[in-house]
Amino acid sequence: MTAQIRPSAAACPGCLAVPRDAVDEAPTSSRLALSLPGIHCQACISAVERGLNATPGVTSARVNLTLKRAMIEAEPDVRAADLIPVLGDLGYEAHELDLGTLTATQGDKAGRDLLMRLAVAGFASMNVMLLSVSVWAGATDATRDMFHWISAAITLPTIAFSAQPFFKSAWSALRVRRLNMDVPIVLALVLALVTSLWETTLSGEHAYFDAALTLTFFLLAGRYLDFRTRAVARSAAEELAALEVPRAIRLSDGVESEVSVGELSIGDLILVRPGGRMPVDGEVVSGQSELDRSLLTGETLPVFAEQGQGVSAGEVNLTGPLTIRVTAVGEDTSLHRMGDLVAIAESGRSRYTSLADNAAKLYAPGVHILSALSFAGWYLYTWDLRTALNIAAAVLIITCPCALGLAVPAVTTAASGRLFRKGMLIKHATALERLAQVDTVVFDKTGTLTAGTPQLTNLADFTRADLEIALALAEASAHPLSKSLAQAAGEAGVTAAAVSDIHEVPGYGTEGSFRGSRVRLGRAAWVGAQQSDVTAAWLDIGDENPRGFLFTDALRPGAEAAVQALLDAGKQVQLVSGDSKRAVQILAARLGITNWVGEALPEDKVERIKVLSEQGHKVLMVGDGLNDTAALAAAHVSISPASALDAARVASDIVLLGQDLTPIAEACDVAHRATKRIRENFRLATLYNVIAVPLAVAGLATPLIAALAMSTSSITVSLNALRLR
Amino acid sequence: MQVLFYLIPISLILGGLGLLGFLYTVRSNQYDDPEGDSQRILSDEWDDHPKP
Repeated sequence: MTAQIRPSAAACPGCLAVPRDAVDEAPTSSRLALSLPGIHCQACISAVERGLNATPGVTSARVNLTLKRAMIEAEPDVRAADLIPVLGDLGYEAHELDLGTLTATQGDKAGRDLLMRLAVAGFASMNVMLLSVSVWAGATDATRDMFHWISAAITLPTIAFSAQPFFKSAWSALRVRRLNMDVPIVLALVLALVTSLWETTLSGEHAYFDAALTLTFFLLAGRYLDFRTRAVARSAAEELAALEVPRAIRLSDGVESEVSVGELSIGDLILVRPGGRMPVDGEVVSGQSELDRSLLTGETLPVFAEQGQGVSAGEVNLTGPLTIRVTAVGEDTSLHRMGDLVAIAESGRSRYTSLADNAAKLYAPGVHILSALSFAGWYLYTWDLRTALNIAAAVLIITCPCALGLAVPAVTTAASGRLFRKGMLIKHATALERLAQVDTVVFDKTGTLTAGTPQLTNLADFTRADLEIALALAEASAHPLSKSLAQAAGEAGVTAAAVSDIHEVPGYGTEGSFRGSRVRLGRAAWVGAQQSDVTAAWLDIGDENPRGFLFTDALRPGAEAAVQALLDAGKQVQLVSGDSKRAVQILAARLGITNWVGEALPEDKVERIKVLSEQGHKVLMVGDGLNDTAALAAAHVSISPASALDAARVASDIVLLGQDLTPIAEACDVAHRATKRIRENFRLATLYNVIAVPLAVAGLATPLIAALAMSTSSITVSLNALRLR
Repeated sequence: MQVLFYLIPISLILGGLGLLGFLYTVRSNQYDDPEGDSQRILSDEWDDHPKP
């Protein structure tokens, strides 16, 4: 639900309870990864590395500032929980990362592969360009032929290596009898090489070796940009997932041991401490506590849990330790079953075709027809195969989608970079284009518009004496309501009364005695009060009537501004929540949202999105809980905060990294402008084709004209994209 | 024209050396942490002798 819960779940207190001899038999070193969100300078790197290296058991530690991460090689018995306090003492916040989830190195391989091909293509095109410039400058006869032969010797192996991604993609499209952007590219490359070789053997004047290489270079640059943007998003998303280290404390014969969640089997007993999240579905065997189910259902009121009650994975234990008997693990837990709902919703999502695909659909057949027509025309006119083939190759090269290949990646790279700095992670390639079309925004309440932390509303209703007693009781508990009450009272300058015998009754509240009479702070039923529909903690002093401290869910920073900005931009804003109607109504009124629904089941949320979509609206869904997951998948585009459950983050296109909601409105604006730039780029590319294609068809194009036109259009398109930054 | 027989191979070899150098830096993970590397240069920790 909230970010504050995650560190305590990761900083496992149970790590210390691992019996030492259990790990001694595995003498290999262990690798640990820590996320360090606070580091930013050289001093931080030195301090962290020195601190870690001085810790006994650590063999080596290396900080990566770009990823804000530390990789540690250590002896097998060193746990992340031992190192986190070391860094805490140095003043750096640290969280453990699950190495199994971090697979960035694999993604890196693909990026490195592209970079190599790009480098080889760049090297070759520079060299061939040098030779070509000499030809254009007037080299003739034997010199020109020699230059052409050297160019051919460089170009052929380079194309064979560097253009492989295009060959593969074109082949896979052709195999299923479809055309994609890569088919004309490959055709142009092959035709250019064939005619150039032919020309060279006949001592001809024009060879397009440089054009083929520059084309490959620019197109690979586009691919690489595209890849980088997605790799950054993916590694950040992986890091979010890796922060939730899947561990549980297993009880066997009364001995606690820490195991990974994957090792649990049905019937095991596990211990869940206050603040911990349920790793599996199960049944409470002993202990009493309260459960926060807001991530699963959107309810803000905690649910009482005692022996015999079923719990679901994802719920957060609030007050007392619970012993749970495991009833379902892995794929069978309710968390995972929710994934089925997502799959169904996703299949219903209308297939979005990106602007680039649309352009390719028009472009690919057009180019083929044009070059085939010019081949046929010139062949019939001159009955000379060589001329006709040369002109057809020139047409293909000139129309080749160099600028088109850069048009989309350059813009999305610039826009994603800009949004990333604002704290938004664009996960999906077409998310920006879809975001630009949005006209309706549907918000979830708990954890999305609200921070999930309670805020006291009626402090003024209590006398100072009462507050002093309440503060004394509240300070003894870690329950979110108590914490909030203690903070509010502390800010009002109240000091705790001398209440004695204070003890917490898990699941109920805290109790003590003050001047001989019993005082209690806790659940309504426990102090004998009427249950209210607003979150409340009840104070019971002696024989007086119990009175309630009422709480409201604190708004997330920027929630008001974001909603207002969206309304100002002419978008329809709705609120759909699983929480009680009254709670939803209060929040809707506070934010100025007129269209709201309370007590909505996950299916209701999906239904609402579907109805809106059928009415022709493009819906943006913003949500964080498991109950929103299917709705997130069904919406045209979706955003979830970083504190959301893993399943919700996976289902959404954009992840909000910070606490603040204001970037949402800005993202819509940036998406709008990005789409505008993409269209502009398409127009620029077309304009250049309109000028250059007639020249090529008329047989007037030379390799020099092709090179100039190709470079200028690619550079204009990239510069136009950079205006977004 | 004789000069071309020396100069063209030389230009190719020099360019090829640059390319090999770049491929080496890519293969040895030198682009993994550009931000950190630009900051580490400010550290005086290994100024007197290289890191063992």
